[in-house]
Amino acid sequence: MGKNNLIGGSIWEEYSQKVQDLMNNPQNMGEITEEQAKEMGAKLIVADFGAESCGDAVRLYWAVDEKTDKILDAKFKSFGCGTAIASSDTMAELCKGKTVDEAVKITNIDVEKAMRDNPDTPAVPPQKMHCSVMAYDVIKEAAASYKGVEASSFEDQIIVCECARVSLGTIKEVIKLNDLKTVEQITDFTKAGAFCKSCIKPGGHEEREYYLVDILKETREEMEQNKLTALADAKTAESGEFGFEDLTMVQKLKKVEKIIDDNIREMLIMDGGNLEIVDIRDTDDGYTDIYIRYLGACSGCASSSTGTLYAIEAILREKLSQNIRVLPI
Amino acid sequence: MRVYLDNNATTIVDPYVFETMAPYFCEMYGNPNSLHEFGSETHPALRCAMDQLYAGINADDNDDIVVTSCATESINWVIKGIYFDHIFNGDKNHIITTEVEHPAVIQACRFLETLGVNVTYLPVNSDGIIELNTLKESITEETALVSIMWANNETGMIFPIEEIGKICKEKDVLFHTDATQAIGKVPVDVQKTNIDYLSFSAHKFHGPKGVGALYIKEDKIITSLLSGGEQMSGLRSGTLNVPGIVGMGKAMELAVENLDFEKSNVMKLRDRLEDELLKIPDTFVVGTKKQRTPNTILISIKGIEGEAMLWDLNKAGIAASTGSACASEALESNPVMEAIGAEADLAHTALRLSLSRFTTDEEIDFTIEIINKAVERLRAISSTYSYAPDWHNSKL
Repeated sequence: MGKNNLIGGSIWEEYSQKVQDLMNNPQNMGEITEEQAKEMGAKLIVADFGAESCGDAVRLYWAVDEKTDKILDAKFKSFGCGTAIASSDTMAELCKGKTVDEAVKITNIDVEKAMRDNPDTPAVPPQKMHCSVMAYDVIKEAAASYKGVEASSFEDQIIVCECARVSLGTIKEVIKLNDLKTVEQITDFTKAGAFCKSCIKPGGHEEREYYLVDILKETREEMEQNKLTALADAKTAESGEFGFEDLTMVQKLKKVEKIIDDNIREMLIMDGGNLEIVDIRDTDDGYTDIYIRYLGACSGCASSSTGTLYAIEAILREKLSQNIRVLPI
Repeated sequence: MRVYLDNNATTIVDPYVFETMAPYFCEMYGNPNSLHEFGSETHPALRCAMDQLYAGINADDNDDIVVTSCATESINWVIKGIYFDHIFNGDKNHIITTEVEHPAVIQACRFLETLGVNVTYLPVNSDGIIELNTLKESITEETALVSIMWANNETGMIFPIEEIGKICKEKDVLFHTDATQAIGKVPVDVQKTNIDYLSFSAHKFHGPKGVGALYIKEDKIITSLLSGGEQMSGLRSGTLNVPGIVGMGKAMELAVENLDFEKSNVMKLRDRLEDELLKIPDTFVVGTKKQRTPNTILISIKGIEGEAMLWDLNKAGIAASTGSACASEALESNPVMEAIGAEADLAHTALRLSLSRFTTDEEIDFTIEIINKAVERLRAISSTYSYAPDWHNSKL
């Protein structure tokens, strides 16, 4: 809500000038016939994506030089709104001069960015982003056709939203690329879930194998995990021997576990004992306290609170940090 | 040239209406409820407006036509009022409406569903109207209200209000009709039909925006939603919108006077436009001409997405509308198009052209020319009309 949302705007006002110009005069609109491709000494590729009954359909034509895999010319035909026309046009433009493998790397974001008037203002309102997403899907279809493989072998083409024909791969990619946090955003970006809504969550009028809510949750978890791994890797790389204090608790625990496993546990087991780490805590005065419990013969052994304990502490201090204290419970 | 063919969305204020309203802004601006002359000098015009409204729908003097801010308010009032009186404080728990009502009806009913009310949304056939038998079968002991529109905003389809009224009377169920798209297009007579409540809005028949009304049959009074200073017999509080009421009255009078013109001239223009557009291959119009309000065409033009068509028309200065999903903020296809069902493509290729008594011959000529040009341009772009070699297995 708020002042700017109370009086609804026209989505047309959010189209960039480039989008408007391309809607009025698409540059690559048209067809490439078999004969024309032959004249260029190229192979004709025709690929479709979408369906008229879904609201958007695009047909992409490529003339590809089979010796170099280079796309000599690209044209499109599109059933769709103005932004679908503009983004299909831009997509065709971006394909020209690229090799097939390069073209496959063109993303929805590339298409949208190419239509911006200035780098910071989106070319189309968010709910129209699906038009560009479709552009990138049809490129994959074309590339698959050129290489004589199924698009499914090309990327995972599990279709999550049948209405808008949006694949699992596309949804995951869009979530990751744009850091999407809600199902509504996924719908804005990909059109998945915009129609019959069955794929949003269980309980719709059609049962689905995949639901947007689950995909979002899993992908977010995956992203979080990747972020943590990256963080941990970075920490490890920079921490070396002196960075123990900078590690996260989990990282500290892992390090301590490893030192104990490699240097201490075996010693205890030989004497018929063992230990387990109960907790690990950072204190306000800069120490890391490691609480351990002795097991087997160690528990009750007199040395366990003196000699053995000092030995354990000394090893951990030497290997990790002088600020470690080991406390048996 | 600018051509306005979106009269089912809103209309131009008739200059006569504007003229009638003008003195009630800066000259006679008093509050009608005040005792002094500033207030009382507005009374003759208000009485005149009420006469015009009562005459316009042939209401009995014992009935009420309560002025509201718009049809949405009137609709919310009747649906929620019935809820308070007959469901919350009564023994009913069911409302019947259709899948193709205006969002004001649908959303008010959805809200009542969250309060535990059962709502039946009657489907429509491929012509866009309901089956009377289905209605009959849906009415139960629990049914508090049947709410069915007089004419549909998207298709212009006219519902069999007289028969629906009879069924409701037989079954002793209250009947509300949203006549927003009917006033000024077809005769509306509340005494000839068994109607308990009827909603309408002035701006759909060349009156001002921000004023509408709810007709309430004698003895069918409902709890008021706006409590306050007891204006409108306490049925709808809030200082009277004097210029709005005066304008709506005048607009109603002119609308009724022009009904014949609507049926002859507007319909003739509409039919000409429709016939010319149907000459374009792969097009169809929803509903027969006779079943529709005289001003409305909902046409599907194969291969052309609705918003793209609007874009080209707008560039040429023509205003129209589409039920296409792509043109809506939410990108959701229009439920009316979905309800009509049969042609899935219609949900994306529909173009709505709605005329008025201000539409001219020249404007129709121009529109025919521009639409033909747009069809040529957009079908040249359309993948539906594109080349593919024999070996290509189309997925389109």
